[in-house]
Amino acid sequence: MIEFRKDLFADERDDTLNEVGKPTRRQDILGHVTGRSPYFDDHLFDGLLHMRAVRSPHHHARIRRIDTAEAERMPGVVRVLTGKDVPQNLNTLLSLLDFGIDDEPLLSTDKVAYRGEPVACVIAATELQARDAVAKVRVDYEELPAVFDVEEALKPGAPTVNPVYPKNAFVYHGRYDHQKLRFGDVDAALAQADHVVEGRYQMSPIEQAPMETCGAIAAPEQNDRYVCYTSTQALFFSLGTAAKMLKMGSNRLHFIGGTVGGGFGGKVDSLHEPMAILGASLTGRPCKFAWDREEEMQVGAPRGAERWYLTDGVMNDGRIVARKFTGYFDSGAYTRLSSYAIIKGVGHLPGPYTIPNVHADVYCVFTNRTPATAMRGFGITGVDFAIEAHMDKVAEVVGMNPIDLRILNAYRDGDMKAHRRLAKNTALIECCQVAAQKAGWSIAPSSQAAASMKDGGGARAALPAHTVTDQKGLVEGFDSGSYAKKAGASAPPSPSSAQPNRPTPTPTPGQAAPAPAQARPAPQTAASSPDQPRNKPNRFSSLSGFRRR
Amino acid sequence: MGKTPVTLTLNKAERAGFTDPGENLLNFLRRGLGDLSPKYGCGQGTCGACTVLIDGEPQLSCLVLAETVSGKTVNTTGGLADGAQLHALQTAFMDGFAAQCGYCTPGMLMAAKALLDRNPRPSRDEIAEAISGNLCRCTGYAPIIDAILAATGQQVQG
Repeated sequence: MIEFRKDLFADERDDTLNEVGKPTRRQDILGHVTGRSPYFDDHLFDGLLHMRAVRSPHHHARIRRIDTAEAERMPGVVRVLTGKDVPQNLNTLLSLLDFGIDDEPLLSTDKVAYRGEPVACVIAATELQARDAVAKVRVDYEELPAVFDVEEALKPGAPTVNPVYPKNAFVYHGRYDHQKLRFGDVDAALAQADHVVEGRYQMSPIEQAPMETCGAIAAPEQNDRYVCYTSTQALFFSLGTAAKMLKMGSNRLHFIGGTVGGGFGGKVDSLHEPMAILGASLTGRPCKFAWDREEEMQVGAPRGAERWYLTDGVMNDGRIVARKFTGYFDSGAYTRLSSYAIIKGVGHLPGPYTIPNVHADVYCVFTNRTPATAMRGFGITGVDFAIEAHMDKVAEVVGMNPIDLRILNAYRDGDMKAHRRLAKNTALIECCQVAAQKAGWSIAPSSQAAASMKDGGGARAALPAHTVTDQKGLVEGFDSGSYAKKAGASAPPSPSSAQPNRPTPTPTPGQAAPAPAQARPAPQTAASSPDQPRNKPNRFSSLSGFRRR
Repeated sequence: MGKTPVTLTLNKAERAGFTDPGENLLNFLRRGLGDLSPKYGCGQGTCGACTVLIDGEPQLSCLVLAETVSGKTVNTTGGLADGAQLHALQTAFMDGFAAQCGYCTPGMLMAAKALLDRNPRPSRDEIAEAISGNLCRCTGYAPIIDAILAATGQQVQG
């Protein structure tokens, strides 16, 4: 049951809303309950051909030879595709936003870097015939040593997973093998802290597991165009990717989608649309390329696994004065969206807390595992799990109620965040208060009295007097192509232009003298600051166009 | 390999078609007869998206050979409404926000209909049991159970 708390932030909302708080029917629900919603596979075509991929049984192997002769003679087979049939057989998803370097083929020709990587694709009259022919494609592999652990992959001598990134790390801004965040002087603050609390946190990959598997049907249309019915979550992403990989003007592609049988991020990778259109263009017939359930689970890109090391410096009274992160995202064999997830995640550090000294090194690591991609809040959820687990650990060390610890350290409106933006529209304190109340968990009177709109800003709005920077992880001689050069290496284009993201801090000019790390004034004792004017209509709006992923 | 003729009653209409040996009922209904309401989710009998009623019993159409339904009565969500008049379950799903992506909905509705046909006033537990073979990844199961309860005219507890 939804409960509308009109006591919270009451002055920021009027009660003349027409829809919020009132039951409503989804606009698409009539189709859902009558079975008439048009998912991609609910379009019938006479003479539809079925495509099935030939997949690598190895985690890492060189492809010596692909022999399709026997498969081509199998009953019902119309054609067998390999990498040489793909006009532009190398892509990275975010190249459409000029972020990253093409690193992934549609059909691999030289080597495979994860188990299940497609190396050929059979087009046949029935799905069964396509499956039978897949078994007849002979691929001669030379197995290579594989690496599955993010930290092992970064060690010297580890097998190179993805030749575009020989050291197994995505190169940020063309310069660093990791994404940096530097705010204040973490090491000095840790040295002065009453306690230093360390933790290591490991996530698993998580499959989106939509009820409808990913797929697309493409068919020749009139005027030398192709229609493509697709399950994609990102119609124009898929259209642009297909146009690029097929070297085909996007005005020749007629994409129809929008009815998605569950996506959760797993339907942005745009693998099916180029393949189905390629099939249709080479056979002149409607072609369907869809995953079965096993492929969805085994080959479908999951939320990537993350490993986080956290070190907090905390005072006896519970104030966290320093927080240091080392993070490893397991991107699998290719980049897909992991590089972006890290940009987003680092912009989010150190979580919803006002901590005066923050340091993060976050690596996007290539391993011989299934490539990772988007999933609901990716880039944030993993590190939030680490942060909140760590908060509980810190509370235990200082002997504090964990909710009191969170309220004490919570950001308030007007506080400076580590990515150098002032916090606004904060509500963590109120969330903690309501959660404690609902759970019957008693909190300190000072926590009861705290509020997101009180005691923020002022000294808490100041940038650190000195930020320590370094050149650790500098990559020399890396050709980043165009993406890191546009606006200078220190201001990379971000996939989401409004994303609060200043990942490479620059030293503050004229403030070279190292200042001792100091705890910010405790919120309870902070001088009263005038209430910051709040932008009422924007209070709960998203800054990020990627939010729905 | 020859095709086999299949004659059945689908959603109150006499229908006939030819099936390939080994073809499952799901594919036959969708591509052979054009009833697209049952959905493919797994093809392994684990997700329930393809649930249809065969002689009133809920069955997973991906695991049923099409040729075995000859002479039988098959009902799908495509025929759940009576003309323009929606079934009480459909209205309750619409009002109760019991679908998000909608892909599991046709199977859920068939499983629920089979339950209500034999037990018009099921308990919450009986409903949960009846849809236990139907997976949903979006809305969660609570609104679906609430909607089925509401369709029977029972009070839904908040």
